[in-house]
Amino acid sequence: MSSITDPPESTFRLSMLINDTRYRSLTFQAIAAIVIALAFWYLGNNLIQNLRAAGLNISFSFLDSVSGYDINQTLIAYDSQSTHASAAIVGILNTLLVAVLACVTATFFGVIAGVLRLSNNWLVGKLMAFYVEIFRNIPVLIWIIIIFTIMTNVMPAPRDFRGDSPEASMLFDAFAFTNRGVYIPAPIWGAGSLVVVLTFVASIVGIFAFRRYATKLLFDTGRLLPTFWPSVGLFFVPVILMHFIMGQPITLDYPALSGFNFSGGTQLGGPLIALWFALSIYTGAFIAENVRAGIQAVSRGQTEAAAALGMRPGRIMSLVVLPQALRVIIPPLISQYLNITKNSSLAIAVGYADVTATLGGITLNQTGRAIECILLLMLFYLTISLTISGVMNVYNNAMKLKER
Amino acid sequence: MSDPHSHSVSFVRTETLPQLPPPVTERGAIKWMRENLFATIPNAVLTLVSFYVIISVLSGVVPWIANGVWKASNLSECRDILVGARGACFAVISERWPQLLFGLSYPSEEYWRPGVAYLLLFVAAAPVMFFDLPRKMLIFTALYPFIAFWLLWGGTVLAPILALLGFVAGYVVYQRFVKGSFALGFFGGVAAAFVVWYIGGLLIPEGASDNAWLVSVASRDMGGFMLNMMLGVTCVSLSIPLGIVLALGRQSSMPLIKWICVIFIEFIRGVPLITLLFVASVMLAFFFPPESTVDLFLRVVIMITMFSAAYIAEVIRGGLAALPKGQYEAADSLGLDYAQAMRLIILPQALKISIPGIVNIAVGLFKDTTLVAIISMFDIVGMIRGPILSSSDWIGVYWELWGFAGLLFFITCYGISQYSQWLERRLATDHR
Repeated sequence: MSSITDPPESTFRLSMLINDTRYRSLTFQAIAAIVIALAFWYLGNNLIQNLRAAGLNISFSFLDSVSGYDINQTLIAYDSQSTHASAAIVGILNTLLVAVLACVTATFFGVIAGVLRLSNNWLVGKLMAFYVEIFRNIPVLIWIIIIFTIMTNVMPAPRDFRGDSPEASMLFDAFAFTNRGVYIPAPIWGAGSLVVVLTFVASIVGIFAFRRYATKLLFDTGRLLPTFWPSVGLFFVPVILMHFIMGQPITLDYPALSGFNFSGGTQLGGPLIALWFALSIYTGAFIAENVRAGIQAVSRGQTEAAAALGMRPGRIMSLVVLPQALRVIIPPLISQYLNITKNSSLAIAVGYADVTATLGGITLNQTGRAIECILLLMLFYLTISLTISGVMNVYNNAMKLKER
Repeated sequence: MSDPHSHSVSFVRTETLPQLPPPVTERGAIKWMRENLFATIPNAVLTLVSFYVIISVLSGVVPWIANGVWKASNLSECRDILVGARGACFAVISERWPQLLFGLSYPSEEYWRPGVAYLLLFVAAAPVMFFDLPRKMLIFTALYPFIAFWLLWGGTVLAPILALLGFVAGYVVYQRFVKGSFALGFFGGVAAAFVVWYIGGLLIPEGASDNAWLVSVASRDMGGFMLNMMLGVTCVSLSIPLGIVLALGRQSSMPLIKWICVIFIEFIRGVPLITLLFVASVMLAFFFPPESTVDLFLRVVIMITMFSAAYIAEVIRGGLAALPKGQYEAADSLGLDYAQAMRLIILPQALKISIPGIVNIAVGLFKDTTLVAIISMFDIVGMIRGPILSSSDWIGVYWELWGFAGLLFFITCYGISQYSQWLERRLATDHR
């Protein structure tokens, strides 16, 4: 029999802070905390001294004072007597507007270019490869400026639309492309238009309900209902019927020449168009590569297996290839949307009043509140980015390949 | 005649016919066109449409370039030479190329210095990019930053030599102590470097730059494409070590270190580069000691380096995550400590996986250096937008200038991305 004795109580020695793995990480973290605290103290101290020397303080009260500058493109009521805070909100809305518009069109360009680049057609494939390479390898700032230059220098001036044989003419008598921007018809919501809008919403709901019913029917009974034409019909017919029943409450206000400029309709300013188009065509090139990679990631055997089961090409695409490709495409697609939102801050280069141009540009220069303005600006972009990446994480977890 | 069939089969040929060529529609250019351009009706329509697009673009661009005027002193002279014909006015480029490449106020007799620095960049980058080259060339790569600094900024040669001596001293001390412990070697090296810099700083005489071999040039005098190259190369090379540290920090098991790195990375990745440049131009000065003035170039380098380090950290984190767990366990079972395991086993493999991603970030970053034009630095975009397009001689010459700027970026970025694809193919063969 051997008696087992407890190991002797080890006493704590100072060298164990470095040599003992139990304490070492604590030591390192303590050192890191001290270093960081010192760094912040140093920077904060410098900040306080510099502010005192310049006679400044940190205060956000400037947001309530009158801004005193005009913004040419606003989504909400704003004039030069409004506050800096409302100028910032106008900027935020403008940022969101151009970001959303550009996301939609960039996806459109990207999907088309990505699919066409994989086409069997040699010429089209090469053309799309050219598009992708030329736009991916030249800075977006240069593209924005080039397209803005086209907008302001190549488009005809409004006075060119005048006279009996004008140099420029309107597209369908409804759209005017001028160097001051693009004029499009604006809807006028007459009495009873609410009913039409509600009908429209109801028919959208109806389309989704019908599709869900068709799927359920397919799974329960195996009967396949046609979905495409009924959906198209549901989309158009009730709205148009209701529009006539209510006596055509929604009319369009067409832009028309009056004097030396257009009046009526909605004006999309040149900067907005330039930024929107440049961002969408630039990001579209990146999305095209994502789409191509996603489609190529689905192995050929999947398509062949589906064909062997007797599926038609359309159903192979929608039921076999796309669901698998989307799993690969969507995460980089969403980070491209984030890039669009961040790149929309380049609006300042062409004079579009986004939040960087209002809060980080004119307001900053007028009030001299650099630190406050930039902090607010960063906070805004950070909120957007974290929200979108949060959504993306939820999506990724939902879409994760579930293996047995 | 014993065989009854010997005559009845006389209609069967006894010799083989020569092979006929395939039908004309099944060979050569026609077959290729049938298969690749006109396979189906929609395909043929697509072909015709793209053919039309190409023809209409070329018919506009080719005469414009062919008629281009290369010698003129201003736009109206250019138009006189063209006499109404469509043509480019490339004279603006032959007239203003020094400004486009080097900025407004870089002394013209010193243009050879950035030129040499640019050529040497290729020599320095070659051993990093191509693994087959002799490893001895890496010595030049290590010397390059000091040579380039001296060439570009000029001034006393003592400054870059002193900086180099600091690094050499640090490296010697590191080599001496790293056998004992990595931390000891690392911090000893850093301390030695600072001691050398401090003592050397006292030794350099006042006014050493006044009659140096190379005239000293201030960084505010630098501009044009040179500024883009300088920012791109400096920030990418500085941000790779920082990115590695951040990526390792994010993987760390120490919560404080991990959260610092996570917050830093997510914060930087969440805001646009332009806001960070605003920080550099109007806000960073508040955080430096009151009496110091830090020049704008350095402030911009600090912010862009932080920006790209955050993105590179994410790429390297991907590389670290892609390594099989067995590699970490193998390092542990050999009894290596953290620094050794990372240095000898994990990082060499993780970095190799991450190279294509890092190259992509580098290309993106190089394109983003044009954003400094917005905080009124005169890089190539700033030069075109500012001094050149607003000069009375060249007001209204857009396409030539933007085309030139685009071409410079396209050549550089396309070259780098082709290199990255080549590298990806090469690295891929090692695994399977």
